[in-house]
Amino acid sequence: MVRTDYGQPGSVSSPAGLPSGHGPPLTFRQWIRRHRVAPYLLLLPSLALIAALVLWPTAQIGMLSFQNYGLPQLAGAAPSTWIGFSNYSQILHDPEFWLSFRLSVISAAIMVPLTLMVGTLVGLLLARLGRKMATFVSSVAVLAWATPAVSASVIFVWLATPDGGVLDWLLTKLPHWLGGGAHWAGFSWTNAALPAYALVTLLVVWTGFPFIAVSVLAGLRTIPSELHESARVDGAGSWRIFWQVTYPLMRPIFQLLFLLSVIWDFAVFTQVYIIIGELGQRDEYNLGIYEYATAFQLPPAYGLASAAAFILTIILLIITVGYVRASVKEGALT
Amino acid sequence: MTILATRTARPAAASRRRFWTRRTRRAGLNLLGLLVALVTLFPIFWMVSTAFKPDTEWYSLTPHPLPAHPTLSNFSTVIDGSVIGLPYWNFLKNSLFVTVVAVVASSLIALLAAIAVARFRFRFRTTYLIMLLIVQMLPQQALVIALFIDFRSLNLLDSLVGLILVYTAFALPVTIWMLRNFVAAVPRELEEAAALDGAGPVRIFRKILLPLVAPGLVATSVFAFIFAYNEFIFALTFLGTDSAKFTLPIYVQYFYGRNGAQWGPIMAASTLFTVPVMVFFLFVQRRLAAGLVAGAVKG
Repeated sequence: MVRTDYGQPGSVSSPAGLPSGHGPPLTFRQWIRRHRVAPYLLLLPSLALIAALVLWPTAQIGMLSFQNYGLPQLAGAAPSTWIGFSNYSQILHDPEFWLSFRLSVISAAIMVPLTLMVGTLVGLLLARLGRKMATFVSSVAVLAWATPAVSASVIFVWLATPDGGVLDWLLTKLPHWLGGGAHWAGFSWTNAALPAYALVTLLVVWTGFPFIAVSVLAGLRTIPSELHESARVDGAGSWRIFWQVTYPLMRPIFQLLFLLSVIWDFAVFTQVYIIIGELGQRDEYNLGIYEYATAFQLPPAYGLASAAAFILTIILLIITVGYVRASVKEGALT
Repeated sequence: MTILATRTARPAAASRRRFWTRRTRRAGLNLLGLLVALVTLFPIFWMVSTAFKPDTEWYSLTPHPLPAHPTLSNFSTVIDGSVIGLPYWNFLKNSLFVTVVAVVASSLIALLAAIAVARFRFRFRTTYLIMLLIVQMLPQQALVIALFIDFRSLNLLDSLVGLILVYTAFALPVTIWMLRNFVAAVPRELEEAAALDGAGPVRIFRKILLPLVAPGLVATSVFAFIFAYNEFIFALTFLGTDSAKFTLPIYVQYFYGRNGAQWGPIMAASTLFTVPVMVFFLFVQRRLAAGLVAGAVKG
């Protein structure tokens, strides 16, 4: 495609220059300069890969969602047929879809504020700690962040095992007024949606807060310390200083962190997949798992799954638009 | 006289009091910091500790933080592959192959794009940058359906090459986004001076830009590395039947799924998978903090 644009095949492989068809002879280099194609040539490899492996599959999901596409179509035994919106109406009439949708929304609504809160508090703490202590705490936090999702999920399953897990042991030792007691012995965290997602939330907060803390710390460093000092001299407490000085100045950062957390936590997959024990328990699916199971559990229904996948994609794209606008306002494109 | 005395005495007492409140405040903050660190560290500590416990100590009515009789038998179970049939090295080799090739490929391709974005003003530049931001956020569990169908017809399932392609493409947005700052930080005057001395673009790139961007290349490749080394959904879907091709995340998950109660070996496998990333992360930690929010990085 590139070559026909040039109208001079061979020039690509020999930058030393071949005469072009018209006018004075142009070397490849001169041609690039004259037509200002250098940036486009530099972008070409990345654009080709992203187009082929990200953009095209997204479009395919959109098209598949209007088709009858299952195992026979995959094997080429039967042609795929366009069936209009019937995948969507089937999905939207499936109570399991709505159950998974509700789980995604509710769990994100809990995970996001919790992660932001813990991360912000740790970030504020890091800013007040001495140099050595701050390095130590942030290094440890980075370890949690660096733990691969698969390892972290398996570790948390182990921590919460009904027989011999540390979590249940800890809860039995907790005083009664804190909700502890013997009834926690042998409590299974993965057999029902509520405790399973409590565990997922714990895990997501554990891996997610370091990123927030480090970002908040970086943001705090941009605020001139005189502002905090003068507020303190005026007698404002930490709570008021945070909401009246720190937060307004760092609102753009918080906005970005919030939108990112929503996008990540709404689409959390690996942790849920491992904690609920692969695809066994349908009442513990979130939207991503529901869509994945529809596609890859027997009998595979790729068209139907694409409809769910497209709904998930659209939801995330809507949030992404907010994220992009916030990033652009922050001057990310300059 | 007395007035003078009280005047000097009062601030002294106040400053002493302030000194003490500052010290207790400092101690309190350090204690809090220590608590945060310990709670955060605990799951990792528990993984490593379990990995060294003999099977009689995995379960106990009162969990002990450290193994009473530390053993390496869990690690040897993992390494000689007596549970799955294939040794750990097989999966490490797969993971390293996929990760290294994808990181090198995406870094080089991203460098080209970063130069375009940082050094040139052209039509669609903004469109391209916004596209990168959006592409990062597309859910992988949705795209995997279409990619599975495509790769099946291209015979790229059960193949590490297919994974390398996907990892290269998905690592690009973050890598480009971060690299362009490093390219922009190289003073343009250096390149212009070299051009005046008669150096061509290729020479300028090799002799000036590349050496100066190299540290940035290392820093940004960390993210591609972490992404490719940890990736789960694509590997799970593409490598479904061929366990010899498994990468480490799939291996650990499969190991856990197959050996429900063998927590010692499972934690040993998990430790062997996790510790290299952590060492890597701590090693480059200082460079990570800058510029994370914009062009954010999946954690």
